[in-house]
Amino acid sequence: MRGNPETHELIAATSLADTLARLAEELGAWTLIAGGTELMVAHAAGRLSAQKLMSLSTVQELSFIRVDAHSVAIGGGTTFGQIRRHATIASDFPLLAQAAGWIGSIANQNRATLAGNIVNGSPAADAPPALLVYDAEIELISLRGSRRLPYAEFHLGYKQSVLERDELVLALHLPRRFESHAKYLRKVGTRNAMAITKVAIAATALITEGRILEIRLAAASLADRPVRLIATESALLDKILSTETRTAARTALLNEVHPIDDIRSTALYRAHVAANLLNEFLDTLEQKQAAELIA
Amino acid sequence: MSPAWPHIQLIVNGQSAMVETPPMKRLLDVLREDLGLTGTKEGCGEGECGSCSVRMNGELVNSCLVPILQADGARIETVEGLAIDAELHPLQKAFLECGGAQCGICTPGMLMAATHLLAHNPRPSMEEIREGLAGNLCRCTGFIKIFDSVIAAAAMKGAAHDAR
Amino acid sequence: MSPTPQTRIVGTPQIRKEGVDKVLGRAKYVDDLEREGMWYGATVRSTIPRGRIRQIHYDPRIDWHEFVIVSAADIPGKNHIQMIAADQACLADDAVNHCNEAIILIAHPDKRCLPDAAAAIRIDYDPLPPVLSIEESETQQQIVWGEDNIFKQFHLEKGNVDEAWAKAAHIVEGEYRTGAQEHLYIENNGAIAEYSEADGITVWGSLQCPFYVHKSLMAVFDLPAEKVRVIQVETGGAFGGKEDYPSIIASHAGLLARKAGRPIKIVYDRMEDLAATTKRHPSRTRHRTAVDKDGKLLAMEIEIATDGGAYSTLSSTVLSRATLHSTGPYVCPNIRITSKAWATNTVPSGAFRGFGAPQSIFAIERHMEQIARAVGVDSAEIRRRNFLHDGDTTATEQVMVEPVILDTLLERALKESGYHARRKQFALDNPHSPIKRGMGIAAFYHGSGFTGSGERYLNSLAGIDVTQQGKVRVLVSSTEFGQGTNTILTQIAAESLGVGYDDVIMAPSDTNIVPNSGPTVASRTSMVVGHLIERSGHQLIAMLQAEAALPDGYTAGDFFGACERYRELHDKVESLCRYEAPPNIYWDDQKYRGEAYPAFAWAVYVAEVAVDTTTYSAEVKNFCTVQEVGRVLNPTLAAGQIEGGVAQGIGYALYEKVLLKNGRMFNNQMTNYIMPTAQDVPPISVVFEGIPFNYGAYGAKGIGELPHDGPAPAILNAIQDATGENFTSIPLLPEDIFLRMTTNINVEEPLAV
Repeated sequence: MRGNPETHELIAATSLADTLARLAEELGAWTLIAGGTELMVAHAAGRLSAQKLMSLSTVQELSFIRVDAHSVAIGGGTTFGQIRRHATIASDFPLLAQAAGWIGSIANQNRATLAGNIVNGSPAADAPPALLVYDAEIELISLRGSRRLPYAEFHLGYKQSVLERDELVLALHLPRRFESHAKYLRKVGTRNAMAITKVAIAATALITEGRILEIRLAAASLADRPVRLIATESALLDKILSTETRTAARTALLNEVHPIDDIRSTALYRAHVAANLLNEFLDTLEQKQAAELIA
Repeated sequence: MSPAWPHIQLIVNGQSAMVETPPMKRLLDVLREDLGLTGTKEGCGEGECGSCSVRMNGELVNSCLVPILQADGARIETVEGLAIDAELHPLQKAFLECGGAQCGICTPGMLMAATHLLAHNPRPSMEEIREGLAGNLCRCTGFIKIFDSVIAAAAMKGAAHDAR
Repeated sequence: MSPTPQTRIVGTPQIRKEGVDKVLGRAKYVDDLEREGMWYGATVRSTIPRGRIRQIHYDPRIDWHEFVIVSAADIPGKNHIQMIAADQACLADDAVNHCNEAIILIAHPDKRCLPDAAAAIRIDYDPLPPVLSIEESETQQQIVWGEDNIFKQFHLEKGNVDEAWAKAAHIVEGEYRTGAQEHLYIENNGAIAEYSEADGITVWGSLQCPFYVHKSLMAVFDLPAEKVRVIQVETGGAFGGKEDYPSIIASHAGLLARKAGRPIKIVYDRMEDLAATTKRHPSRTRHRTAVDKDGKLLAMEIEIATDGGAYSTLSSTVLSRATLHSTGPYVCPNIRITSKAWATNTVPSGAFRGFGAPQSIFAIERHMEQIARAVGVDSAEIRRRNFLHDGDTTATEQVMVEPVILDTLLERALKESGYHARRKQFALDNPHSPIKRGMGIAAFYHGSGFTGSGERYLNSLAGIDVTQQGKVRVLVSSTEFGQGTNTILTQIAAESLGVGYDDVIMAPSDTNIVPNSGPTVASRTSMVVGHLIERSGHQLIAMLQAEAALPDGYTAGDFFGACERYRELHDKVESLCRYEAPPNIYWDDQKYRGEAYPAFAWAVYVAEVAVDTTTYSAEVKNFCTVQEVGRVLNPTLAAGQIEGGVAQGIGYALYEKVLLKNGRMFNNQMTNYIMPTAQDVPPISVVFEGIPFNYGAYGAKGIGELPHDGPAPAILNAIQDATGENFTSIPLLPEDIFLRMTTNINVEEPLAV
């Protein structure tokens, strides 16, 4: 243990209003801590630079899963354990439930929060690819009010986002319109559990009579942030799924990703495995299409 | 810098405790140092090995990642609370009979993870056992006899009725 | 196969002797212990791999008066750690030879102050060019140890290798590499020390060999034996990583305790333990083999190189075992082995389960696959044609006088694993699936106990006594660290005395109390030390019959009654025995010839793997083990050893990589040094065939290290079966499989780099 607890101030925010007031009052002074699964690791390594921390674990207003006819809203303070166990998320957004089950261990899932996973900004984060292919909207809140934007516009660069210093992530909103979509999510890690992602691909798509009407592709660890694979989507959208389109999509993917060599893996491996995962997804798309034609 | 430290109330294995510590002190260290409950171990400090696992308000957590302020008012269960008087918990009996403990350092955390698993899933499949214990590293057993122990405990009468 | 004698307790699954405390969380490891007035210590380590210390700066922002600071100047005795040699400094004084070498020690009452203080000590160096690999060391451009960078070398000849090449139908060559491996015991290294002029030094530690530490402390503190006391406390895993390293941490804690005049605890965190303590020796083995048209071995030429790191520690004995296991369980009339242990400027390598055998067994068992392919014979058959049998001689001209049942083990392993049927199925399925499946075999032995004259040299003493409270105590310096020492030795004592398992306890592992039964290493505890306990038991019964009227058909009550009568005559009831070598064990250390080991454990392992060509990941899906280890003393513990060793072997093959940058390990966290989790280990089946060994306890031979020898080659053989690719280096990661399997990348495709 290389951190010294005595050199950090930690207070418990009493409510959302209290949290927002403090954030506004001392801009940039407070570091928010929810589940602690990132910050406490830094603390133990002697690398927690934050002097003043504000705990969100007592702010109940951030912990919710609200279902209505059109969307599901997940509070930023909701844990991945809660996300996994929720019936509507499991039925409507299985990729997110799947991703939630990959966050560390059961013990980590009981603490790690959705907002924490997003705001920590790791390009390897487990939840973002699923959120991206489900067209999630992110709702940010401050004393100045709340704003919603497509989650795809949230991350600006490596550990940089649109989040202002007085804002926190209130909720993610997922539209309930993916029941008929083909879906795919695969994570490649260093082992089957407790693994940081080397590369992950998520996808949702609608295909009718061999033509791809809708496609969303997202990736972890292929750029400096979680990303939608826009060029690859373009190579597939409105196209008939054929050998040519598959080749074009593969080329587009290899051109648009920017993986790196790091402690876990290599750029070349990541890029080629990503292309293989895309191929695997397109196979399932074809099979789904074939099954529907027979039916 | 020495502001007054907060008073943290805990219920540990059914007993009330109050500690006055820096709020960023880890729950793991409060258990071991302030409360003398050294059964919970530190293997990595990063939430990877699970040897610090405890149950907090019924949920399995890595106590090395919980700042004590966030445990204020919480009900904490550690390995020391599993046996009741002289009676071993079914999982403890099973670990003894099936060889689930070798060097023993992962055992407290492993027992807490297994207790948590059986509380939520009294008859887990092998896949569910593997997943339930995936956050607890054991270097000695290769996990095989730990799986055997959990299966044996699940079959023992009383394991499913363990409300805690 | 001789019948197993009937026993009441030996051979039964008795509950782990210290198990109740472990499941209650009551077992006390070093970090659970406190001494009154205790302070905490930390170590300041070098940041460069090689150089000289020019100056040490203490940042004035820290109030150093609060701290006790120790440097080499504070060492009262010798500034070295006494292992086989004494080339490793206790604290670097002038020369620094690896990253994270200990230089300064600090202590403070509040352990939370230590990291900041340690960071506030800045050391200036005059760096020297480091040697960071075997190949660099071999050039001898920089000499970093001794005259020639060579810690040890062996040369072994049998028959006439040079004449064999001309007669060969096939000559097969190969080069095989293994990486460093970290023990990753879940409990990090730790020690508590107390020192006084009157009593000397006492150390409580997480350790395997109390008398190794004892010997080392005598030198550092210039104290006689009776003023050094080492106590092993409950130890959370060791695997060889706490064989030699504890002498260092114990010395450090002792030096601080001596200067501070109070007890000192040093416990490493995971980052420090990973970066600064011993690892398995990396290796490179080259084979050149002549075989006849049927695949029978005519000649083997083997060259072995290990990376010993910066200091010699145990490199000579690791090299010895690597050498003696390099030819596999096969008959070959002509053999040449040259082996060298090289110095590099990396953290010193040390003992790790298998101790050189996993390295060279990986090489020979991978090489046999290539021979099989060259000859056109399958993996099982090539081995059958070359297996040692009763009466054959090994590379060192040791005649197999004990039965060798490799054929039986092989047949059983093939049957248990469904080898032929599954391979047939895979041949049908693989072409139509992105998942390629395959099976691989490894056949091997592990020599039990110390090599050659090692056990004679150790001259172990062990035995039992009886307390006035009516308990038999086992008196050994052999320690428990999960493998079951306490349980099997008390089982043996109970058996030999005719009392109950619960009548026997272990004496504390305290050098003041127990005799030196040798280190807890080399798979010797069951066989050698257990045998001493067995003999001591029979000896005590004879003593009680002779002098205390122990009747025939005695009960436990009679036994303890006789002990009290004996105590009245002799003041204590104690029976000790000293090691006696089995007959006809002759070993020539110069020529490296003779009986290398008194006994061998034998095994055939079969791995089933699945290689996913989408992600290039290889996973072990099933693992089958069949072994002959003499008498199984406790079936639960024995199976536990096999399963645990296989899991470590799987890690060694597919997951565990030590990443170095300029000689410093930078993946020194559990998040990025990857061991298999509960979701990564396959089902593991364990089968024991038993041939009792007359000179082992109740027929037992060694078992602890055997299971780490076989998995890596079996797995890579299976991967070759699945993919056709010959991978010769471990750890084998998906990135490596990817590079090999995609060498035909379409050059028109953009390479995202």
